[in-house]
Amino acid sequence: MSTAHSAREQAPALDSPRAATEAVPRPRTARRVLGLLALLAVLAALAVLSVAVGSRAMDLGQVWAGLTDADSKAYPVVTELRLPRTVLGLAAGAALGLAGALMQAMTRNPLADPGLLGVNTGAAAAVVTASYFIGSFGFTQTIVFAFLGAAVASVAVYLIAGAASATPARLALAGAAVTAAGYAYVSAIQLMDAATLDQMRFWSVGSLVNAHVAPMLPVVLLIGAAAVVGVALARPLNALALGDATATGLGVDPRVLRVAGIAAITVLAGTATAVCGPIVFVGLVVPHVVRAFTGPDQNWVLPYSMVTGAAFLVAADVLGRVVARPAEVQVGIVCAVAGGPFFLYLVSRRKVARL
Amino acid sequence: MTAGPLVVQDATIGYGRVAISAGLNVDIPEGEFTVILGPNACGKSTLLKALARMLKPSAGQVLLDGKDIHSQPTRAVARRLGLLPQSPIAPDGITVADLVARGRYPHQGILKQWSAEDERVVAEAMAATDISELASRGVDELSGGQRQRVWIAMVLAQQTPLLLLDEPTTFLDITHQIEVLDLCAKLHREGRTLVAVLHDLNQAARYATHLIAMRGGEVVAEGAPADIVTAETVHQVFDLPCRIIDDPETGTPLVIPKALASAPV
Repeated sequence: MSTAHSAREQAPALDSPRAATEAVPRPRTARRVLGLLALLAVLAALAVLSVAVGSRAMDLGQVWAGLTDADSKAYPVVTELRLPRTVLGLAAGAALGLAGALMQAMTRNPLADPGLLGVNTGAAAAVVTASYFIGSFGFTQTIVFAFLGAAVASVAVYLIAGAASATPARLALAGAAVTAAGYAYVSAIQLMDAATLDQMRFWSVGSLVNAHVAPMLPVVLLIGAAAVVGVALARPLNALALGDATATGLGVDPRVLRVAGIAAITVLAGTATAVCGPIVFVGLVVPHVVRAFTGPDQNWVLPYSMVTGAAFLVAADVLGRVVARPAEVQVGIVCAVAGGPFFLYLVSRRKVARL
Repeated sequence: MTAGPLVVQDATIGYGRVAISAGLNVDIPEGEFTVILGPNACGKSTLLKALARMLKPSAGQVLLDGKDIHSQPTRAVARRLGLLPQSPIAPDGITVADLVARGRYPHQGILKQWSAEDERVVAEAMAATDISELASRGVDELSGGQRQRVWIAMVLAQQTPLLLLDEPTTFLDITHQIEVLDLCAKLHREGRTLVAVLHDLNQAARYATHLIAMRGGEVVAEGAPADIVTAETVHQVFDLPCRIIDDPETGTPLVIPKALASAPV
């Protein structure tokens, strides 16, 4: 290129002119590492708080006894209720945060959340169907039905969107259509059958109260495995962010990537939804907050979204336990009440990054 | 003549069931700057998409180094063949250096993360496209011409001997069009094989070393600009009555559209 050309194209104000051969600057890396460490520290503190604080007030001595002494009065509350609830909050929050970030990256749509894949409606539809035909059943069966429903719905969305020829826009449209149809179906069954309505009550708002009867090991293993797959998609998703054509040129097959992404999202959000019911704001808001800090690199967005999602859900759950003592407010409501206005604030500040 | 690195063999290419080209045969010569041109909807972008493996021929095949491009691992293809599509998307808030660095994707793996080699190649790609000084700037702050050089740098960071560019000058003003074409010519002189879709006949005639003229999904003429840019071919491809003179700057063919006899003077 001639010098005449480059002079014409000279940037108006360069704060730090750099020699051509100088190393590529990566100024944000140190900040991102420190930020992640700080976030993990906050998460640990919140987990401790979640074990120590509940609708029943007790001092730290009692909490400690409740953890270490199986004969203490606090043991049934602290070890049998609060501990599994904290573990579930961490796992479900991490799953929803990561699933939301994956969903937004895959569809290049900042307003996408796992619910758009039909996960929530699919789970609800399966539970109402089962309860309509079988009658009442236990919590573990509910989880299994819900998970299968979530999986069937996301496969349906993928197929309706054109399977291998699915584009981000078609995925979003198919998701919206399946969600609308699913809600209509769920409402119809509930109107026809009062018993179903009863069974479904905990589904309308997400909650962690059933943690002590949830099959925790399979839940944590499923979420853990899907999280490994999800985080491993960071680099191909970085390529996909440049458009399907550019991604193809870089050696990413967008069709294969979408199948892997949808599978990871389905297991992450499907498991969390099956156990807790629909908690929507985590998957939508968390990735936005994260991107405002990390920038668009998925290598950072995905792990950050996991940790932030876990912290957000546990914090919301602790808050829900203390605001209306001795009653509790479900975590789904706290998330919506806290997340909604915050999301509006983000949008109004124009901090929401396009993808 | 030996077959070039990219060959289209009896290919039927199109979208869904609509075939744009049928029984198409194209041979991209090694080491040349090939420009594909023709009127709108002549199938030139479709051909480029087939060459870039974005479209799979419903019949026939596209060969990269003598083997069906769709039978090769897509990452391996990405180390031979770089693509700059018509409208790539820059994520919000991404810096120039980070965008160029994404060109290293086919050279990395789960276990082989960012290396000193990647660092060096990215710095070289930015130097070659004259954007080193913009490294820490946001891509969304740049002018159209700067942004196009950033995208070219991203493709260069892929380190491929073959480069495909889909209308790289569209949406740029004339100065930046020439700037991008000068950059392409430099990349060609350095030994790369380039294939570009261009709209401007005279720019194509000046910069290309090999021209492929298409119409209605078929190749109408193919060869060096001096040989095939004739009044007859231009009329055949574009329905444009014209005269051809020598470009006073470069001596390459220059197309002068004829004034209509009935046009107001």
